[in-house]
Amino acid sequence: MAATVDTVERVKKISVETYKYGFETDVEMDRIPKGLNEDIVRMISAKKNEPEWLLDWRLEAYRRWTQMEEPDWAKVSFPKIDYNDYYYYAAPKSLADKPKSLDEVDPKLLDTYKRLGIPLDEQERLAGVAVDAVFDSVSVATTFKHKLEEAGVIFMPISEAVAKHPELVQKYLGTVVPTTDNYFAALNSAVFTDGSFVYVPKGVRCPMELSTYFRINAQETGQFERTLIVCDDDAYVSYLEGCTAPMRDENQLHAAVVELIVMDNAEIKYSTVQNWYPGDENGKGGIYNFVTKRAQCRGVNSKVSWTQVETGSAVTWKYPSCVLQGDGSQGEFYSIAITNNLQQADTGTKMIHVGKNTRSRIISKGISAGRSDQTYRGLVKMLPKAQGARNFTQCDSLLIGDRCGAHTVPYIEVANPSAAVEHEATTSKVSDDQLFYCRQRGMNEEKALALIVNGFVKEVLQELPMEFAVEAQALVEISLEGSVG
Amino acid sequence: MLSIQNLHAQIEEEEKAILKGLNLEINPGEVHAIMGPNGAGKSTLGNVLAGKDGYEVTEGSVFFKGQDLLALDVEERAHVGLFLAFQYPVEIPGVQMLNFLRTCTNETRLARGLPELSGMDFLKLARAKAADLKINPDMLKRSVNSGFSGGEKKRAEILQMALLEPQFAVLDETDSGLDIDALRIVSEGVNALRDGKRSFLVITHYQRLLDHIKPDHVHVLADGQIVRSGGPELALELEERGYVDYEKAA
Repeated sequence: MAATVDTVERVKKISVETYKYGFETDVEMDRIPKGLNEDIVRMISAKKNEPEWLLDWRLEAYRRWTQMEEPDWAKVSFPKIDYNDYYYYAAPKSLADKPKSLDEVDPKLLDTYKRLGIPLDEQERLAGVAVDAVFDSVSVATTFKHKLEEAGVIFMPISEAVAKHPELVQKYLGTVVPTTDNYFAALNSAVFTDGSFVYVPKGVRCPMELSTYFRINAQETGQFERTLIVCDDDAYVSYLEGCTAPMRDENQLHAAVVELIVMDNAEIKYSTVQNWYPGDENGKGGIYNFVTKRAQCRGVNSKVSWTQVETGSAVTWKYPSCVLQGDGSQGEFYSIAITNNLQQADTGTKMIHVGKNTRSRIISKGISAGRSDQTYRGLVKMLPKAQGARNFTQCDSLLIGDRCGAHTVPYIEVANPSAAVEHEATTSKVSDDQLFYCRQRGMNEEKALALIVNGFVKEVLQELPMEFAVEAQALVEISLEGSVG
Repeated sequence: MLSIQNLHAQIEEEEKAILKGLNLEINPGEVHAIMGPNGAGKSTLGNVLAGKDGYEVTEGSVFFKGQDLLALDVEERAHVGLFLAFQYPVEIPGVQMLNFLRTCTNETRLARGLPELSGMDFLKLARAKAADLKINPDMLKRSVNSGFSGGEKKRAEILQMALLEPQFAVLDETDSGLDIDALRIVSEGVNALRDGKRSFLVITHYQRLLDHIKPDHVHVLADGQIVRSGGPELALELEERGYVDYEKAA
């Protein structure tokens, strides 16, 4: 058997066995009935004690959603989703009374996060990182709240922000991704349950990394989180989201919306380590991940940087984008996407250059193994007023074995003659010769594959915050060969 | 050191026999040259010894320091001291040469029961060995073999050999793609590693490499067998007469 085939076989076994986040937490859940209709939307809103404007906003989104069609242009295929076959709200019963401190939180929930490597209690929490832990439809706890308050930074579950800072939420919610932006965004707007809200006031550099950890636990439940981050003039924040789910045979639905707003000279660095359950080696189960992420650089010289490490999900549909409105604003997209077994990913970015001298940079590294299929889909658009705008895109694909696919679909639209767009793309394969070469020099096959893959993704890993780069590198290795280290 | 007996090997997919009963004994410190016409099985011999996938040994045995070499995995053969200098060194884009060399060296050291070298210690060692081979230290920062000239690739192979300190090295057509100067530098590197204990098997089509790396024994490989053995003078004879006599036999 050729070395790569052998490796791929081994990888296949390992990656399924080593999805170490696949456990389930047994807690009593409070759910609203299965299915989706206006009453369900009202029920979700009532559960969250929402003001009327938000309920109206949800209902409007729901009505528009019923008139929309699921998009079919992505290069992914999956059985038709029956949206009435999901629960749209599930929360641990113990959280119904809104525990005031961690002492009141069900220890089972705290233990869940501990097992995921995200300790929430005072003694063990990650130094320098404030965490909002979201379990199915609700937030369990947010750490370091006081320290952030002292700095003037608002970091809380969005449902709490609706109650405490309604003026801010109402001012910004849906202004970057309108309710009718696309099918999944409309769905999310109608039924979103929790997520994080961040507001960094003028001139404040957020004193620590902010992080939200999403966990889908309940069966047949969709997770629809909504994240809204606003960085006012001269402010800075670095934010990281992580996600996992138990191993289940049925497909679970995850349709998130993330909106970022950046004012004059402000900067948001947004990193994602997405490790939803990818399904088993035969493609059974796994998360359907349909996500709309968009940043609006409204201010002059504002900056947004998206970094994503995507290793999970059965199907991924995701294009974190930047609308570069402010003159001199900058957008960056760094991506590592790994698909194995029967995973499918259609992912990329959109850089919309509106203002003068705007700049964007796209570095995408796709790795396909097993029988997986992966597409990079990217749009670079230079509008007529984008005088002197520049884009650089580099898009590399690495194939492992001979049954996977990699596709690159770049769209480039330039309406300003002074704008410059550069696009570079490569496709390469981990060859038997490379593995033989490394092994003849004393490395075992796993080590050799890890070395080759890490060399390939290095440029993007370097963009992650230090605290997570090591974890992400380990994740890359686990996703492909598992037994190293 | 190395004892090959009645070795038969074929390409797995084609079931086409390439080696047909090859015998060879190599003692510690000896340099053997294998010469022969194209298609005689020279590179197959190197690949079979190193354990490359796609070849099947159908008969015979290979013992290395008393150990059944054919029973070992590719990396285990490297760990016990077998090194293959590739005719076409493989490019690995994005993997820095230094990181590659360090991983190779430390994996090998661990397998041999030696402690790993720290980043600092290894850097010093790699720079010193590179200087010996007149390699520009900037090469250590480049991707493995990517965009290397023919001469750079072969020098990098010798650098790897110097770091891994094998007891037995197979040089597969190390002279191919080299100009005279590069040939001289590479040969000097090999000669510097001749310490009276380390053995070499030099596979070549041309005699000119043997002007620089003086062999103790020369063998002619034709149609999967060693058909003639002699001293260095045999190489000169082949240079003069070519492989005509042996191609007919094939």
